[in-house]
Amino acid sequence: MTTTTTTAADADPGTDARCGPGMSRRERIGHLLQHHGALMVLAVTVVVGALVFDSFATPQNAANIVVSSSFLAIVAIGMTFVIISGGVDLSVGSSFVLAGVLAAYGSRYGLLVALLLPLSVCGAIGLVQGLIVARTGMAPFIVTLAGLLGMRGLMLAVSDEGANTYLVQNDAFSALGQASFLGLTVPVWITLGLALLGGVLLQRTGFGQNVYAIGGSEEAAVLMGVPVTRVKVLVYLISGLLAGLAGALNAARLSSGVTILGAGMELDVIAAVVIGGTLLTGGSGGLIGTMAGVLLLGVIQSLINQIGVLTSSFQQVVSGAFLALVVVAQRILHRAQRLS
Amino acid sequence: MATAVLEARGISKGFPGVLALDDVSFRLDAGQVHALVGENGAGKSTLIKVLTGVYRPDRGTLLLRDEPVTFDNPLAAQRAGISTIYQEVNLVPQMSLAHNLLLGREPCSRLGVIDTTQLYAEAERVMTRYGIRTDVRRPLCSLGMGTQQMVALARAVSIEARVVIMDEPTSALEPREVDTLFGVIADLRSEGISVIYVSHRLDELYRICDRVTVLRDGRVAHDGPLGELARVELVALMLGRDPAEIRRDGATRFTGEHTTTAGEPLVEARSVSRRPVLRDVSVQVRPGEVVGLGGLLGAGRSETAKAIAGALQVDAGTVTVAGQQVRRGSPAAAIRAGVSLVPEDRKAEGIVPTLSVRDNIALAALPQLSRSGVVSDARIDRIVDSFMRRLRIKAASPYQKVSELSGGNQQKVLLARSLATGAKVLLLDEPTRGIDVGAKAEVQALIDELAAEGLGVLLISSDLEELVEGADRVVVLRDGAVAGELSGDQVTEEAIMATIAATGETDG
Repeated sequence: MTTTTTTAADADPGTDARCGPGMSRRERIGHLLQHHGALMVLAVTVVVGALVFDSFATPQNAANIVVSSSFLAIVAIGMTFVIISGGVDLSVGSSFVLAGVLAAYGSRYGLLVALLLPLSVCGAIGLVQGLIVARTGMAPFIVTLAGLLGMRGLMLAVSDEGANTYLVQNDAFSALGQASFLGLTVPVWITLGLALLGGVLLQRTGFGQNVYAIGGSEEAAVLMGVPVTRVKVLVYLISGLLAGLAGALNAARLSSGVTILGAGMELDVIAAVVIGGTLLTGGSGGLIGTMAGVLLLGVIQSLINQIGVLTSSFQQVVSGAFLALVVVAQRILHRAQRLS
Repeated sequence: MATAVLEARGISKGFPGVLALDDVSFRLDAGQVHALVGENGAGKSTLIKVLTGVYRPDRGTLLLRDEPVTFDNPLAAQRAGISTIYQEVNLVPQMSLAHNLLLGREPCSRLGVIDTTQLYAEAERVMTRYGIRTDVRRPLCSLGMGTQQMVALARAVSIEARVVIMDEPTSALEPREVDTLFGVIADLRSEGISVIYVSHRLDELYRICDRVTVLRDGRVAHDGPLGELARVELVALMLGRDPAEIRRDGATRFTGEHTTTAGEPLVEARSVSRRPVLRDVSVQVRPGEVVGLGGLLGAGRSETAKAIAGALQVDAGTVTVAGQQVRRGSPAAAIRAGVSLVPEDRKAEGIVPTLSVRDNIALAALPQLSRSGVVSDARIDRIVDSFMRRLRIKAASPYQKVSELSGGNQQKVLLARSLATGAKVLLLDEPTRGIDVGAKAEVQALIDELAAEGLGVLLISSDLEELVEGADRVVVLRDGAVAGELSGDQVTEEAIMATIAATGETDG
């Protein structure tokens, strides 16, 4: 428009109470809880843990939590993209395990193969899943469930029904999983880097905004001219690649392609993302929350180990209860925001 | 003559079972506000979807500035300068106002990273022009409908649109917001941007539109300057009636007047309001009476019925049944009181297609047919059997799936369901739409019979003939308020159309 509308400018915006500048206090609190609730709970849990258990707040324990969480975190970054776009990727657990086996197998041919083999296989499967979801409109749940089963079978075939455990035979590759820098292992630094990169991609690029738009309202996104198919395909590709990378790094850490660790991981990943404040219905959430969600799961596990009397399986009970709480809280927050 | 910005020539578009557009031509001139009107099913939405690349026409051509074009998808139409604001705001509710406004055109730094400071500043600048001063970082869903509509409009215009299509843009707006919108439209016109304006509010059409195209049953019923067309003529064109034509009786199966027992109304709605769709609507139905609700699409007819049935939350007003006030906003309370709504959209709101005829009839009456939560099969069978016979429902057996029945029989199943609950008042929303002529006559005869048995019927119909012959009294709604009430000899098609067309000022 080249001219200014006199009528529009004359209209008094003050009469609509909701159009006042800034958000109300209640709205701001709701917003804060929704987006940073996990971070706050994490902080509280850490402080309480430190006060109750002497051995909890040690640098050693902190490093343990961070290192063991880093693999889950990498997968969760990809999952955050998928869930914000309104989908879900159930295949990441299988992808993670398959990548570990492939990386260990490939390590005998050198560092490059050890990395590229799992990445290309998992990336390709992610791409295919994305294409099916985006092009046919089939439910992501079903498509990635098929991916889960298919990759589990592929892993069993590669490892002779799990009888054959490949050992990592490349020092450079092992270093990727085990070497330390400034007190933290390489996977932790990779996680940090990816989280930062992912955060910028999600919040500060057109691609990221398109992911939010599709998850928020796919119909609206289509009408607003968002390239829905391309964005969806990319989202599943990212998820597949990151699950593959995490699996490869895990193999490097363990020096072998373990065929059982990581199966069922997809549920932990989804739990971490949801606890982090990302709505399963899509359109809302972020990576800071996801990172907090991952760490929270790690901290809960560590605290339960501290208690000692309880077995570690109790961790799942607590995580499950926590997840339920978060979902209920989100529902309430969501309603409060709508009504405000 | 100005050049046509957008022109459709001989467009036809069919869907399984219906021909939505039949050889429709439409010409939009530069800097004109062109009204597109028609009743439900006239083909407006389909035409808009063809113009915006959502549908591809089966036949016919689109011309953009005299050049033939085809749009493969909405994006292609947008790139060609055609923007659309849909009836339901089509933006992403969770995203901020600014991100919605500028999605796809975010200001970026050289690295491709969005410059949020500039994004918010730009969004603020744009919205100020539309008279909206608010925090553009707020999620869209936390803003009022008027603001959301303005965001949609601003977005539509800001992508260098030459044509802006507005599909009932004012349906959710307050009067002040409508004024702002019209100010913007006037500006668009002065800049040479063309607007296709779809609305049923005659006042609005006459306020801002230059030209009008009336669609009816997928064809162009009229096309010409709006100023030369009297309101009553426009209404007649939309409803498919020639006001000069002298109407003869006999096309419907209604028998005419019912012997209305004077006295207490069976159901009475008093000053029911729900902003912005209903304002101060009062209607009463006495036993044995058929009261018609007339008016154009969007005048508040369905809303009135829903408000009486407790299916629409109201801001003010009361509904009483036989002198007893019914709890607001509770369909269950309304059903207990004997009020039953047969909704307009049979498929979405009425039948449960996967269930049998028997289950569909018994559904709402289950609480009455069960003892301590256990349903008696024998009692259901008795009731289902009696209604299937009484309403002459043609089904292979009570166990046939209701989705396999014809539209007319589905409608009868819905009537049976209402009656099975012991309804004393039937609210029938377009009971004969979309069913074939024979079934239509049967349903009409049935309505007559039910009224003769002492039920109160509120009949909503866009078919003027049906309204005139079926109803003892007709309450005419316009823009969510009662525009007039006709009874006895006053109930004629001409009178109904004249009431609809009367200028808005008279009703206060």
